[in-house]
Amino acid sequence: MSVDIAEVLVGVDVVLCCGAGGVGKTTTAAALGLAAVRAGRGRVLVLTIDPARRLADALGLESFDNVETVVGVPDAPAGSELWVAMLDTSASWDDLVRTHAPDPITMERILSNQLYRNITQRFVQSHDYIAMERLHAVHQSGRYDLIVIDTPPSRNALDFLDAPSRMADFFSSSLLKWITLPYRLGGERVGRLGYLASKPFYQVADRILGSQFLEDIAEFFLLFQTMYDGFVHRATDVERLLHRRSTRFIVVSSLEPAPLQEAEFFLAELGRRGLSIGALVLNRVLPDLLFDTDARRLASRLVDPSSADDPNISAAERRTMKRAATAFLDLAALGDDERTARSTLANPPNCVVEVPLVPLDLQDLGGLVALADLLWPVTKTVKRSARSRKTPS
Amino acid sequence: MTPDLFDRRLLIVTGKGGVGKTTVAAAIAWHAASSGKRVLVCELDAKGDLLGALTGADAVRSRPLAFEPREVHPRLHAMVMDPEASLKEYLKLNLRIPFVGRIGSLSKAFDFLANAAPGVREIVTIGKLAYEVRERHYDLVVADAPSTGHIVGLLRAPEAINELVGVGLIRSQTRWIIDILHDAATTGVVVTTTSEELPVNECIELLGRLRNELAVAAEAVVVNRLLPQSIVAADASAITRLAGMVDASSQPAKAKVLAGALLLDALSSARAPHLDRLLAAWKGPLALVPTVTHRPTGLAVTRAVAQHLAEELSTSREPSDARGPR
Repeated sequence: MSVDIAEVLVGVDVVLCCGAGGVGKTTTAAALGLAAVRAGRGRVLVLTIDPARRLADALGLESFDNVETVVGVPDAPAGSELWVAMLDTSASWDDLVRTHAPDPITMERILSNQLYRNITQRFVQSHDYIAMERLHAVHQSGRYDLIVIDTPPSRNALDFLDAPSRMADFFSSSLLKWITLPYRLGGERVGRLGYLASKPFYQVADRILGSQFLEDIAEFFLLFQTMYDGFVHRATDVERLLHRRSTRFIVVSSLEPAPLQEAEFFLAELGRRGLSIGALVLNRVLPDLLFDTDARRLASRLVDPSSADDPNISAAERRTMKRAATAFLDLAALGDDERTARSTLANPPNCVVEVPLVPLDLQDLGGLVALADLLWPVTKTVKRSARSRKTPS
Repeated sequence: MTPDLFDRRLLIVTGKGGVGKTTVAAAIAWHAASSGKRVLVCELDAKGDLLGALTGADAVRSRPLAFEPREVHPRLHAMVMDPEASLKEYLKLNLRIPFVGRIGSLSKAFDFLANAAPGVREIVTIGKLAYEVRERHYDLVVADAPSTGHIVGLLRAPEAINELVGVGLIRSQTRWIIDILHDAATTGVVVTTTSEELPVNECIELLGRLRNELAVAAEAVVVNRLLPQSIVAADASAITRLAGMVDASSQPAKAKVLAGALLLDALSSARAPHLDRLLAAWKGPLALVPTVTHRPTGLAVTRAVAQHLAEELSTSREPSDARGPR
C-alpha cells in the first residue's frame, strides 16, 4: 500500500527534487515547500535553480534573488514561514571566495582573475557544485526546519551528487600540479617553462592553447589551491548530509516515455548509492474519468456513423455530443499512452504521488496552493495523524 | 524560391529539455535519408535516446551508438559525440605529433583542459560537426543538440576561444568553423518547442539571441506535441451549456464524456496564448506537429513526425499558410 508524502517527510529536513527537464520540477519544489508550510512544518526554504517568471509572480515577488526572501502565505500556522531563493551561480561563487579565501589579497586576486568568471559561469558542473555548496551552507546555518532544493539541469541529472568530490579531486589532480609546476618553482620562469616545454604534455598544451593562456590558467589554479582544504572538507560534509536518513530525494516525472525512463534510472541510481528515496511524483497525470468504461462505450457509439441516433434528444444536442465524444476519445488516447508508460515502471518506491493534470493558473498564490494540496493534502494528513495517535499500532 | 530546410548541410536541433528535440532531429534525418540523401545524425549528449528514436529500445541496449558513425538505415548514419575522441581525432589529423598515439587515454588531460578552458569541450564538439560538413562525407549533418540553455555557448565557442586564447593552434583553426556556422545557406538552427509557457519563453529568447548575438541563422521552429485539435470555441460553449444540464448521478457516462471534452478544451485554451506569442515573434518557417498517440514508440513516432515536417517545411511558403488550427 502506498504511503503519502506527509508520512515520508516526517523527521526530514532536506528534500532534493530531481528529474528530467520539462516535467515541472521547479514548480513541484515550490508547491512542496508551500505544502510543508501549510502543514505546519516550520521555517521552510525553497531553493530554486532556474525559476520561471510566473513562479515569481505566483509568489508575489518582483523577481527571485540569490538572497533568501520570505513569502507571505495566508493561513500559515504560527511559526511556519515560506522562504525562497534562486541560486545565482556567479553571485554564489563570489560569496564562496569571500568566505573561504585565506586572506583579502588572495580574495581580490581571485575575484579579479579574468579566467575566474569564465570558469565559474560557463563550466556546467560549476552549477552542480555551487548548488551543493549552497545546500551545505544553508543547512549549516540552522535557520530552516526544512530545505527543499531544486536540482540543476545537466547532462546527467544526478551529476550534482558527485560535484563536491569532483571539485575536490580537480584541485588535487596531479595534472594541476604539473601545469602549475613552473610557476610554483618561481624564479627563472621563462627558463623553466622552456625546459618543461620539451615535455609532451606542455608541448601539446602549448601548441593548442598558447603559453600565455597556460600561464593564466596556472595563476588561477595556484590562487584557488589556497582554498583546497576547505573544498575537501565541505565535499565530505555534503556527502554525509546527502546520505543521512533525514535527507530525502523526490524524483519528479511526467508519464511520457523518455522522462519516465530517466526517472527509473534516477531511482535505481539513488538506491545503488544508498541514498534515501522519498517519493516519485508523477506530474500532470490525465484523470480517471477518461478511463471510465461506460463513458468510453458511449463516446465510441456517438462517433460511430453506423450507430442509430437517439430519437429522444435534439439534433443540436446530438451534434454537440458527437463533438464532445471526439474530443473525449482524443484525450483518452493520450491517457492510454500514459497508462502504458506507467505500467513499464518496474520498481516504484513506496510513495508514488500522482498529480492530476489541471489547467494550472499560476496568477497568484492560489494556483500554487491548489497544486500544493494535490501533492500534500493538508486536511487528510491532520485527520490521519490524529487517528494514529488514538490507535497505537 | 528559397532553398528549404532539407537543402542545408548542417542542421542543429535545439529546444527546452523535454520538448522532443531528439525525435525532431531523428525525423529530419529520417526524412532526408528517405529522400536519397547521405545523412549523419549526431547525438551531442550521450543519453541513448537517439538510437531509440531511430530504431527501438531493444537496439539501444544491445549495441549503443559510438563516436564512429554507424549506418542504422540505408544512407542514415548515426553517431554520438565524444569530445575526448573528437580532440584525439583532431590532434591526429592536424598536429601530427608522433606521441599522440602513445598518450593512450587522454581523459585526465582532456578533463583538465575542458574544465580549465571554457569552450574546449564545445569547440571540439562543434569542430567535429563542421569538419564533417567541410569534408563532404555526408549531404546533411543533423545535430541532436543540447537544450536552449547550452546551445549559445556551443555556437559561440569558436569566437569565445578567439577572445580567450591569444595565439595557439586552436585559435588559428577556428576561422573555417566560424565560416561554416555563419553561412545561412549551409547551417541552420531548428528550434523545437511545445505550446506550453516555458518552452515557448525559451524558444522566443533563443530566437532573439540567435538574431542579436550570434550570426547563426534560425532556420525553422517546430511546435511539437500539439494537443488534438478536436474542439473549437463554438463547440466548447455548447458543450459547457450541455454539461450544465446533464445530471452526473443519473447520466454518469454522458457527464464524463462532456467533462473529458471540456478538459481538452481547457488545456488547449491554456496553451493558445503561448502559441500566439510564438507566432507573433517568429515569422519564418514553422511546423505544427500534433501529439502522436496510440502507443507508438521509437521509430513509429519519428516517422510520423518526419511526415509532418516534410509536409510543412519542405517547400517555402507564407508563414500564414503554416498556421493551422490550434
